Amino acid sequence: MENNPIITIKNVGKRYNINHHRGGYVALRDVIMTILRSPFKFLKTKAKQIAGIDTKEEFWALKDINLEVKKGEVIGIIGPNGSGKSTLLKILSQITPPTTGEIIIQGKVGSLLEVGTGFHPELSGRENIFLNGAILGMGRKEIAEKFDRIVEFAGVDKFIDTPVKYYSSGMYVRLAFSVAAHMEPDILIIDEVLAVGDAEFQKKCLGKMDEVTKQDGRTILFVSHNMGAIEQLCTKTVLLEKGEIIKFGNTKEVIRHYTKSSNFLNSVLEYNETTDKDAKIRKISLLGKDDIPSAKIPFDSDFSVEVEYEIFRKIERAMLALGCYSQGELLFYSSDADKAGQLSSYAPGRYKSQIQIPLKLLNAGFYYLEININCPGVEFIDRKQNIPFEIYHSDNPLSAMYNNQIPGKIIIPLEYKNKKIS
Amino acid sequence: MQTTIIKPKKIFRWNDLREIWQYKELLYFFTWRDLKVRYKQTAIGAAWAIFQPFMTMIVFTVFFGTLAKMPSDGVPYPIFVYTGLLFWQFFSVALSSTSSCLIANQSIITKVYFPRLILPISSVLTQLVDFAVAAAVLVVLMFYYGYSPNILGILLIPLLLLIAFMAAVGGGLFLAAINVKYRDVRYVLPYFIQMLMFITPVIYPASIAGKYSWILAVNPMTGVIQNARAALLGTAPINWLLIGISFVATFVLLGIGIIVFKKTERYFADII
Repeated sequence: MENNPIITIKNVGKRYNINHHRGGYVALRDVIMTILRSPFKFLKTKAKQIAGIDTKEEFWALKDINLEVKKGEVIGIIGPNGSGKSTLLKILSQITPPTTGEIIIQGKVGSLLEVGTGFHPELSGRENIFLNGAILGMGRKEIAEKFDRIVEFAGVDKFIDTPVKYYSSGMYVRLAFSVAAHMEPDILIIDEVLAVGDAEFQKKCLGKMDEVTKQDGRTILFVSHNMGAIEQLCTKTVLLEKGEIIKFGNTKEVIRHYTKSSNFLNSVLEYNETTDKDAKIRKISLLGKDDIPSAKIPFDSDFSVEVEYEIFRKIERAMLALGCYSQGELLFYSSDADKAGQLSSYAPGRYKSQIQIPLKLLNAGFYYLEININCPGVEFIDRKQNIPFEIYHSDNPLSAMYNNQIPGKIIIPLEYKNKKIS
Repeated sequence: MQTTIIKPKKIFRWNDLREIWQYKELLYFFTWRDLKVRYKQTAIGAAWAIFQPFMTMIVFTVFFGTLAKMPSDGVPYPIFVYTGLLFWQFFSVALSSTSSCLIANQSIITKVYFPRLILPISSVLTQLVDFAVAAAVLVVLMFYYGYSPNILGILLIPLLLLIAFMAAVGGGLFLAAINVKYRDVRYVLPYFIQMLMFITPVIYPASIAGKYSWILAVNPMTGVIQNARAALLGTAPINWLLIGISFVATFVLLGIGIIVFKKTERYFADII
């Protein structure tokens, strides 16, 4: 039994209709109008679609995926945006069926594609624990047994009978994650959910996950952009690209392969989704020397981050902030309010900010940026995380002196007052 | 150990029904949530379930009963119309809440797996509580007007309620699936449901349709309301044929609803 795969994925593919994939539902009115205006054209396209000739609107999000996972393995899934990571998790969680192929799973699956699924703002923390627990597949008895531990882990015992709409976003996430952390499935499927919440809580959750896998031999599939977390948790890793498995195997090797590939580093990122929030980050560009977009920067060259964002409604007491992470740890954090020491308000409009990173600050290696607009202590209005960039040694005397291996992560030119005293 | 096989989906498997049973706790929690939230949100809470049919009864009594002199099979108009309203409100509110249940729960549908059929069923179950509350008013009215039902009449009520329940689930499943696909349908629905009330003998007795009253019988709610009046108020002997027709019509509706729903279910999460 031990050696049999707990998950077997055979030739799985998923085809989307492009208009489905865009979340485009149709209005009945439009359909009726199309039929009335040109009935023959409509019949022709319909017939073509049924006969399978018309494939223009098709798009394969996943193609021919084959994978075997053994009990107790922790598998990381990485790849650029749109590579099919989330689609794979959705098929494994049975949210959407595959178009081709078959998956055989031995055991109970718990999926965590979001924390706090089904949380209702009007209900109290206590009520939401029961509701969310049931949605995650726990029975009433099981939740009642674990209730005290869930509350303790989240640290919200004082507010347990308060409706969650009065919770701060931190408390909300802690409670939601705490429920999820107490699921006991054989197989746990996790999407990028650790991205929410503060750094300390993230650490606590990673710790909890690590502990659980080692103790109970649980199998975990874990999607993340955070290479640090993947490296820390996963024994094996899958690299997906354009819906296909490019590489599967030892985590370190797969990550090395990925970080070297051209798809990993993007110097310009654009976000065109719609939002109902008050502001939205539209574009993040990493700029090297002479403001040329680049995500591979020599350590002694000019480096700046340009952020374009849109404010839809006036926001008070907010900041635009930047965080720089290395292996899952925050190295530094800064915001446009730091200099004045007070928060400002933003009027509606489109803005551009260029944030200069000092020369010779970061040592060679991979780093991840976070850009966000937030009202401190209240909420993140928009937040983009895990934007990778690489700093490398260029041809210069300092690097040469250290043989291209300067110790530490930060390079800091300290003043040395040398005096001969005897 | 439990084995799950994930394959391209077929439209209907008998396993689906067994699965609903497995997820009965979630069904309970969805119903519990809807009740809790509703009674927390409306200031007058449960009183709303009484107030709504009661006020409608008064308005209908004044306009249709007193002013328009609508016939009521020889029973006082208020109790006549209230009996109809009690079942009609259950059916119509259940139908409209079922038809929007998928959209209302889209954040859950796109993140977690469970048999989707649970959502419409729980929407209708929630309405049963309102039905029970509003039924208490009927008891008071019957007492006031001096009507006492016989044992058979009381036994018949759960059966009629079952028909109304299945009809609401069937129609609701159909509308819920359409609603996911075509988002403009929900704006027409309230109007459509209102129209339905006029082709159901709620404010008038089916007898006024004369020899054409058989047309009304195709509507399962006709059988439910006519026989509820017969059972509780003794307006006529219980019409078993009509109950039979209602049952058949309901099963057809439920069948169509399940097929359309299961057919769309495969790609709910993709288009919602």
